[in-house]
Amino acid sequence: MTRGQTKQEARMATVATRSWTDVKTDQQKKTSVPEGLWLRCPGCSAMIYKRQMEANLHVCPECGHHYRISATTRVEQLADDNTFVRMFDNLRAVDPLKFRDLKSYPERIKAEQVKTGQHEGCVAGEAFVKGRPAMLACLDLTFMMGSMGSVVGETLTRAIEHATEHKLPLIIVSCSGGARMQEAGLSLMQMAKTSSALARFDDAGGLFISVLTDPTTGGVTASFAMLGDVIIAEPKALIGFAGPRVIRQTIRQELPEGFQRSEFLRESGMVDRVVSRHDLRDEIARIIDYTS
Amino acid sequence: MFYQLDFEQPIREIDERIADAERREGSRDVEVPALGGVVSPQPEREGDVGELRAERDRVLRSLYRKLSPWDTVRVARHPNRPQSRDYIARMARDFVELHGDRRYGDDPAIVTGFGRLGPHKCLIVGHQKGRDTQEKIGCHFGCAHPEGYRKALAKMQLAEKYGLPIVTLVDTPGAYPGLGAEQRGQAEAIAVNLREMSRMKTPIVSVVIGEGGSGGALGIAVADRVAMLEHSWYSVISPEGCAAILWKQANEQTNAASAEALRLTARDNLKLGIIDAVVSEPVGAAHRDHDQAAELLLSWVVDQLDELVGVDRDELIQRRHERFRALGSFEELQPKPAEAG
Ligand SMILES: [Zn+2]
Repeated sequence: MTRGQTKQEARMATVATRSWTDVKTDQQKKTSVPEGLWLRCPGCSAMIYKRQMEANLHVCPECGHHYRISATTRVEQLADDNTFVRMFDNLRAVDPLKFRDLKSYPERIKAEQVKTGQHEGCVAGEAFVKGRPAMLACLDLTFMMGSMGSVVGETLTRAIEHATEHKLPLIIVSCSGGARMQEAGLSLMQMAKTSSALARFDDAGGLFISVLTDPTTGGVTASFAMLGDVIIAEPKALIGFAGPRVIRQTIRQELPEGFQRSEFLRESGMVDRVVSRHDLRDEIARIIDYTS
Repeated sequence: MFYQLDFEQPIREIDERIADAERREGSRDVEVPALGGVVSPQPEREGDVGELRAERDRVLRSLYRKLSPWDTVRVARHPNRPQSRDYIARMARDFVELHGDRRYGDDPAIVTGFGRLGPHKCLIVGHQKGRDTQEKIGCHFGCAHPEGYRKALAKMQLAEKYGLPIVTLVDTPGAYPGLGAEQRGQAEAIAVNLREMSRMKTPIVSVVIGEGGSGGALGIAVADRVAMLEHSWYSVISPEGCAAILWKQANEQTNAASAEALRLTARDNLKLGIIDAVVSEPVGAAHRDHDQAAELLLSWVVDQLDELVGVDRDELIQRRHERFRALGSFEELQPKPAEAG
């Protein structure tokens, strides 16, 4: 704290904090189940058979809790069998800032690649959804918390441009801790880049269905994710600009039950529909039909 | 308060010596007002005081030339640093403030209004942090709510309608993180500004005058020309926020390390292509001389407007799009022949 600064000023100085840590803690809680056949559902605390949950689109058969899934699983769930053609997957992160915290950025990237088997945090390509051709892009929460660095921003921008050029409906499934700190200002600029590409897509009359899943926060929410012509959220997903921890610190009080969850956003007028994973394909297809 | 930055201590000593010298000279000449370091020396007795002043400028120059990134952040937050309203008062003629987003309220953390800058009739938009305690609290220390971003957009669209260029002054730690802000769509408000500013059919010039904290800053900074004042900062997160997350704790040491890592200074942002220019500040930074700071800023802004107002609107938007389209740093692997075939 600089001398002469009030406590509140010092607190406000930290408000540009995104929700990365909230998200991470949250996820660790949810995924720290043993690799066994059974797991305890964080939604209802029941012991559920893992295979059964996975066969149920990674949704708890008892209470409907939506488990977090990787981008490749998401694509498998949304696209018609064998129709997804992956694009723009030749982009790799570099280290423009020579960023180093406790680890260097290249080390972190390497570790994430080994952990996930993915090169980066976004999977994009053409696909059919219930027979309708579409451009599909899914963020990958398992890769550096789905954070938006240059590669994610560029992949999304190319996906938007491809959809514009080929007059395809655009579906982006978001889940993200927000910006990628290791790319600092360049990460921030991806917000402007994707939003600017969406302006052109909009000018061309394209349909953008934005699907928000648990969690969608920070710079991703404050750019393309909230720019859908139709915005759909999965049940009980955490969706917001600032993370709950930062808000608690700022206002110094507990947050109401359900705050920043999908249903709260629908009540606040921020999303069009809260849709269960089981109905997602049907709903997307139906909306595409209304606009084509 | 004025010397709150520890690296400015040598300046305090010189200023005290200047004040002493002036008192000595003043006792010989009753006409010199006892105002301390702000009186310009009269030519006939430039000797002592003049030399001391020159020394002070030299020391200030050398101190401010080698500020660490963390010190830059502290200068950018200096309590006497000029804010949007200070610049507007000095730069704009016939300022007509326009209030309210017509939807929810009027956010004092963003000031909007018509103003004349040099020969240009403009719309001016700026974050306002507040000077005294009451104003600071009213402005949430420069952290705008959704209604602030929506007010900014509504007035910018008004400017677009009349073909007025837009000048935005960025000075925020970040958009406000609170219950009401979330409920009223903070993320949506910023997102819509990004999209709409990218296709706004009128020139936009943005300058980070103090703090450029994350999406809350970018929400009024999608522009044809973006600059930073010499001692401002602009990044995706505050050093404290970054330190808390990546270093697991925010203290002087980790804040300094994270300020360094984030490449948040004007010079670094220029290198990364995020901004187009660095606008000079008076010797020893803007808080030492509001008038000169405003003069330097006005001159840069008017130069940009001179160049931009004549540009064909479609061309303008195309260039603005390309400006942001090009930002990012990645490697593109060539497909292997087998894969390509
Ligand atoms: Zn359950």
